[in-house]
Amino acid sequence: MSEIKTAPKNAIEVRDLNFFYGKFQGLRNVTMDIAERKVTAFIGPSGCGKSTLLRTLNRMYSLYPGQRAEGEINFYGQNILDAKQDLNLLRARIGMVFQKPTPFPMTIYDNIAFGVRLYENLSKTEMDERVEWALTKAALWTEVKDKLGQNGLSLSGGQQQRLCIARSVAVKPSVLLLDEPTSALDPISTGKVEELVHELKADYTIAIVTHNMQQAARCSDYTAYMYLGELVEFGETEQIFFKPNKTATEDYITGRFG
Amino acid sequence: MDMNKQLYMKRRITSLLGLAFSMTAMAAGLAVLLWILYVLFSNGLSALDANLLTSDTPAPGTDGGGLRNAIVGSLMIVGLTVLVSTPVGILAGIYLTEYGDESKTAELTRFVTDIMLSAPSIVLGLFVYAIAVATVGNFSGYAGSLALSLIAVPVVMRTTENMLRLVPGSLREAAFALGAPRWKVSTFITLRAAKSGVMTGLLLAVARISGETAPLLFTALNNQFFSTNMGAPMANLPVVIFQFAMSPYDNWVRLAWAGALLITLTVLVLNILARVFFREKVSS
Repeated sequence: MSEIKTAPKNAIEVRDLNFFYGKFQGLRNVTMDIAERKVTAFIGPSGCGKSTLLRTLNRMYSLYPGQRAEGEINFYGQNILDAKQDLNLLRARIGMVFQKPTPFPMTIYDNIAFGVRLYENLSKTEMDERVEWALTKAALWTEVKDKLGQNGLSLSGGQQQRLCIARSVAVKPSVLLLDEPTSALDPISTGKVEELVHELKADYTIAIVTHNMQQAARCSDYTAYMYLGELVEFGETEQIFFKPNKTATEDYITGRFG
Repeated sequence: MDMNKQLYMKRRITSLLGLAFSMTAMAAGLAVLLWILYVLFSNGLSALDANLLTSDTPAPGTDGGGLRNAIVGSLMIVGLTVLVSTPVGILAGIYLTEYGDESKTAELTRFVTDIMLSAPSIVLGLFVYAIAVATVGNFSGYAGSLALSLIAVPVVMRTTENMLRLVPGSLREAAFALGAPRWKVSTFITLRAAKSGVMTGLLLAVARISGETAPLLFTALNNQFFSTNMGAPMANLPVVIFQFAMSPYDNWVRLAWAGALLITLTVLVLNILARVFFREKVSS
């Protein structure tokens, strides 16, 4: 008797994606699927294009004139590279957490409420509930429940990063993009964030860029190894780490290169 | 350790020389500043009495008198200037960093602002005289505020721009990543993050304009009587100082010193406030 495995549904399908910073080509013909409610990790040496790829998924690059993408990124069937795509609505559905914690210069409560107020009109009680819910999801509630009125900048680095995750979760996006979310954190905070990633995938599709190979191995279902703007190998994390098809991938993950 | 003693001594002497020169320069600057304050206080303090705030500028040949009309006039003219130049300056600063950035319009605005910043204030006064006094037919407090605004707006605008530029791009991106539209990011996140710096710029602009005389000479002119009508000529401290200081009447000269002391103290307080605001920013 063999297990019945159904292929997971894809939240995002990237097709022949090319990306340019002015004349410099940052991504070359990237084609990959990001499965719904799974964690997909992007690994590779600095400058390989993993962050670039992540930043195309919520069109963050569109803030900067001179950066452009060609190809297709289908988000539940809709090509988000379409010029007519409403970027604010897109970003409300595809959240992002950055390398360095970026709490807004306001109270902890308002940090969470800011994003929610953009698209929802909640009563005071509903908002209170939402704030508590989001902070609980980000495993921060017990630490901050008595100081919601304090400035978000007063928290420690690890707490700030979890506040940023709570802020992204609070708007109930369907995808969360994490751009090296633990690279500025100590090992204990890193552990907390990783646990969080593991719990969040029950409800969210997660794409995470990481420099830390163990992190990719620990918390992802799929791994993409990138090098010089190309997707070298993409598959289930176990396969990438234990039986990589390409020697380039093996060299990188065993530390012989990179 | 093999040390080149000679070289070491040479460097020590150079260092001491450099220190001596810079200390002398600092002392010279400080001495002049203290001298100014000393003269100001020794002449102005004697004129500081209750009458200063309760009576108006005296007519030629009459005794006593105060600066009530000039103080109120100055407060009103500067107050209106702040009301006008704060929103204009801050919004223009937001445009330059958050919207225009590298565009031709922004470049041109920056260029014109730089010219305005270094334009002699007498030229700005003359300009406002031509457009808002000569055409209307009378001097007015409004014209005075307009002239001062032309000085204040560029200052507020450039400090706002510089302070907004200091806000890390990652903070903007974080707000955009939640789906916030640009105007919300600019006002709720970026401007808020730069709040204390922008406040500092505002205070410095007020300090700058509160002593400006040339633009008011052609615009608000002066008024011997108490008046809160900004549509008419209005008394104000700088012009009163200008007229009284060179007059032959002793009480006028004393009032001029008192006015000068008042303005200096105001500017001093504003500068201290600006420092306090800025320190808060650095510590947060």
